[in-house]
Parts: sequence; structure tokens; C-alpha cells
Amino acid sequence: MIAATIPDLAVFFVGAAIIVVGALGVILAKNPVHAALSLVMTLFGIAVLFIEEQANFLAAVQIIVYAGAIVVLFLFVIMFLGVDKAEDITTEPIVGQRPIAAIVVAALMASIVALGQLGHWMVGTHASTTATTGNDVADLGRSVFTTYLFAFEATAALLVIAVVGAVVLARRVSPDELSTDEPEVAQVPEDLGATMTAGEVEQ
Amino acid sequence: MNLLGTDPLFVNGVSWAVVLIVVVKVVVAFAVLMGAVTMMIWFERKAISDMQSRIGPNRVGPWGLLQSLADGIKLFFKEDLIPAEADRFVFKLAPYLVVVPAFLIFTVVPVGGQVTLFGHTFDLQVADPPMGILLVLACSGIAVYGVMLAGWASGSKYPLMSSVRASAQMISYEAAMGMNVVTVLLVANTLSTRGIVASQGGSILHWNLIRTGFVPFVLFLIAVTAELNRPPFDVVEADSELVGGFNTEYSSIRFALFYLAEFMNTITMSAIMVTLFFGGPAGPIPNIPHLRWVFPILWFTVKVVAFCFMYIWFRAALPRMRYDQLMDLGWKRLIPLSLAWMLLVAAAITNWRWAIGVLAAIIIAAVLLLRAFDLGGARELEDQAVLPSIGARPLPGYVLRQLTDAEEVED
Repeated sequence: MIAATIPDLAVFFVGAAIIVVGALGVILAKNPVHAALSLVMTLFGIAVLFIEEQANFLAAVQIIVYAGAIVVLFLFVIMFLGVDKAEDITTEPIVGQRPIAAIVVAALMASIVALGQLGHWMVGTHASTTATTGNDVADLGRSVFTTYLFAFEATAALLVIAVVGAVVLARRVSPDELSTDEPEVAQVPEDLGATMTAGEVEQ
Repeated sequence: MNLLGTDPLFVNGVSWAVVLIVVVKVVVAFAVLMGAVTMMIWFERKAISDMQSRIGPNRVGPWGLLQSLADGIKLFFKEDLIPAEADRFVFKLAPYLVVVPAFLIFTVVPVGGQVTLFGHTFDLQVADPPMGILLVLACSGIAVYGVMLAGWASGSKYPLMSSVRASAQMISYEAAMGMNVVTVLLVANTLSTRGIVASQGGSILHWNLIRTGFVPFVLFLIAVTAELNRPPFDVVEADSELVGGFNTEYSSIRFALFYLAEFMNTITMSAIMVTLFFGGPAGPIPNIPHLRWVFPILWFTVKVVAFCFMYIWFRAALPRMRYDQLMDLGWKRLIPLSLAWMLLVAAAITNWRWAIGVLAAIIIAAVLLLRAFDLGGARELEDQAVLPSIGARPLPGYVLRQLTDAEEVED
């Protein structure tokens, strides 16, 4: 059994502190941009814990994919749509949402604690994921393309469906709607100067 | 120990001497990089001046060599302004999110071979983590935040537009960049930068430039140029449209940090390209006693300077691309090409039957994709298009003149 050493524990608690502070920031920050930045902090904390577990590849992917792409897209949308304002959260958008959320969170926490007790989890153990060959990329690749092939391909298919769905939803624009908010300079006639007036251009 | 990679420095455990060597390596890398940036700025200004028949910096120091230093001192003592509309915390944070990744990328670059000093053998490289080259991708992912948040936190219209452009551009080209890195990794069979360099040892034929078939290098070069926001892909800093870009509202030392990061990224990305495709410090080593360790560093420097000069040449020679052309190039050309070449290399490594099969699949996919581009391009010209594209260029001058003339008549 691998025992936790002092440096392991120190790294774990620092990582955990970063994660918790970041997570609190996500829900407490009034400004959506600050919330997104707190999320980045949480993701960094998780990457630290991955490195502690010797899952170097996962740590790098955590930063590249989650921090480097997904949260950037969040920020992109926040900035692009101009929703970067403090929001009023005193009213509940869906009635009964908050009590239900509290119950679910309590149940999840209880089950995690129970699992930890049953499975003898340890705080801050080093490399508990036990890379068999010492090469975590090879291990990960082998398990993803053999043991967990179906789950992996199903996830990939799900993502493709989500992308196609998003494109279909985003492109559904009726022609009437289009002509009101976009200027209509569809085709440039050959004798443009003679036929086109300023009114047509400005429409 | 796995975390520290295969650096021979840590083989016999960690002692005070080892810690001291690591600290010295970090300090030297920092100093060399800062010095290289001042030289790079001078080199860029001087080379562009030559290409444009100007003299360039020639007042401070011999041949104007100390100009960047003088500029740096000037910027340091200037008044530091924060706009009234700015988000103060994020505004102050943003420059560091650009500068720190720029430094970090250089830590994984192998600058030379191994050196033995005071009984300790160590790599001429700050760190050789097992995730190696992925650290580069991670850092360039983080650098996007700096640019993005700088524009947003300024609380000003044009920097915001610039940062929206920047984030879209950098994410798009990161995909193409990553896929070409994967092609190199398939051949090198390791993630560690030292491993990648070691796999290219021997003759020039072992360089990944040759082994991956030249195409990934060209694609990577284009993707990196866009990732760096260097000309011809510098729509982020298109002065004629955006006043100055995402750093318009910045002044004093914060502006200097952006400036520093921009040039430092040019150097570090050149170094990454040398590491990935040009064998890093590989090169002929003449048998001169006590000086053998100098030659890898020399070869590395020569290669990096060649790439830096190429970027300067790009800037002087190529006109800035339009934003939609930039996106078209990234998504419709670079990403499919990188993906196809990556699959082809992967198949070729397996065996020749797979290679032929994948090649056939790629040709079919390419035909379908080109047909799809055709159909999509034709549809754009219908009533959804705001401005019709005539040929591959924007509206010709006489059409624009007629449009504006018509408006003037109405007034």
C-alpha cells in the first residue's frame, strides 16, 4: 500500500485549496468574466492534483482542453454577447430549483464520503492510479482504444451530434427576419451606378 | 522521479549542489531570454529598415544596439494609466498572463547537449518534463487569456473587438498547430522535448522535417505565425481598423510587458520549430578539446536566428490578410490538411497496406470536402451575403466609389 508522505500531503492540500477557492469564486463572483476566471483557477488546481497522481498527460490535457479552449469559448461568448454585467440572482428562475439542487448535492456528497470510507481512499497518496508501464500516455491510449472503446466512440459520436445540432439550431433563420436586420446588398448589378440609389444601399 | 523526467542531474538524488545548478539554469535562461528579446527588437527594426531603404535605430549605442534598452527604461518610468471604465483587477492581471507563458515555453527547449560541471552532468535545458511538448500547447492556450482579458478589461470598444478577433484566431489555429505536433510525436515516439531531439540525431535525413514529409512543417509554420499574431496574420493589431489592438489602453510598464511577450514568443516559437523539425541543437561537432559543448548551442542559435529573420521577412514582404480569409485558411485548409497528413503518417508507420487504404480514404474525403466548399461558397452569394465577393477579392474600387457617390448625392 502506498502511504502519503509530507510533500504529497502538502501538494494535495495546496491543490485542494486552489480548487475550492476557485469553485467558490465561480458561484460567488457577480461578474460572469470573474466567474469564468475562477473556473480556470479550479481547473489549474485539478491539473496540479493530476501531476501529483503522476497523470502528466491528463494534467496537460486538462490545461490545453479545458482551460485553453473551453473556458476561452465561455469568455468569448460572454464578451461577444455583451452579458458581462452583474445579474440579479434573488429571484429563482425555475420554481423549486434551489431546494432540489441542495438535496442532490447533499446526496452526492454523502455517497462520495461513503465510497471513500468503503474503498479506503487516502488523502494525498502519490501515484495511486498506478501507471503500470510508467508511461501514462501509452496506458491511457491502450485502455481507451481497447477496454473502453465503446464508451470512447459513443462519447465522440455524442459530441458530433451536439455540434451538428448546434449548427442546425443556429442556422434556422427565416428570410423575413434576415432582411430586417441585415443590409441588403446581395448582388451588385452590372450597371450599378445607374440603378442603385442610396436608399437601397442603406436598407 | 518520473516528474523530473530523464535529466541525469537527478539520478543521484537531490543535494544542495543540484538545487544550485537548477537555480543557476533558471536565472541564466531568464537573462538570456531577456537579452535575446532586446536583440530581437533591434534586429527586427534594423532588418525592416534595410528592406524599406531606411536607416532604422542608429543613435543609442553602436549601430543603435542599445535602443531597446533605452525604450525599456523610458517605458518603465512613464506614467501608468488605468482607464476609468477598466476592470482594475483583470486589467492588471492580463499582461502577466501573456508574459509568464512566454517564459515558460522556453523552459522545455533543449538549447544544447549535456554538460558535466563540478561532477554533475546536466542537460542544457531548464526542465524536461514527461509531458514536454504539451506544455508548449498548454502555455499558448493560456496566453490567449492575456490577450482576451486585456481587450475586455480595458472597457473600450476597439480593444474589445481586437480581443474577440484574437481569441477566435488563436483557438482556430491552435487546433492545426496541435495536429502537426501530433504528427511529429508519431514519428518521434515520445512527448519529451529532449526525446524528440534525440530521435533526430544522426544525419540531416533524420530530422523530422524530412521524416514527416515537409508538409507538417509548412502547416505548423503557418499555424504558429497566426498563433503569434505576427504578420501577415496580425488582424489583432490592425492599426488601420482597431486604433492599436488589444493593448491600446495600456501604457508604461504594462504595455512593455505585452511588447516583451510578443517578441519573446517569436523567439520561443522559433526555438520550438527548431526543436520539432530541425533537430534542435543537432549539427556537426568538430573534435576540439574542451569546446565540444559550444557547437550544439551554436547550431541551435543559428537555426533560431534564421527563423527569427524569416518572421521579420514575412512582416516586410506580406500584406495583412483579411479576417475572413484568415478564418477560411485556418478552418478550411490547414485543419483538414493537417488531419489528413497526420492520418497518413500514422498509417505509413503501421504498414504500407494501411498507408494505401488511408490515402484512398483521404482522396475521397478531399473530393467530398472540396465539393462541400463549392456548394457552401455558392450559397454565401445568395441573399444572406452582406457584401458579395467578386472573385477572390473585396469589391473593386469603381464599385465602392459608385456606392459612396450615391450616398453623397442623397445627402
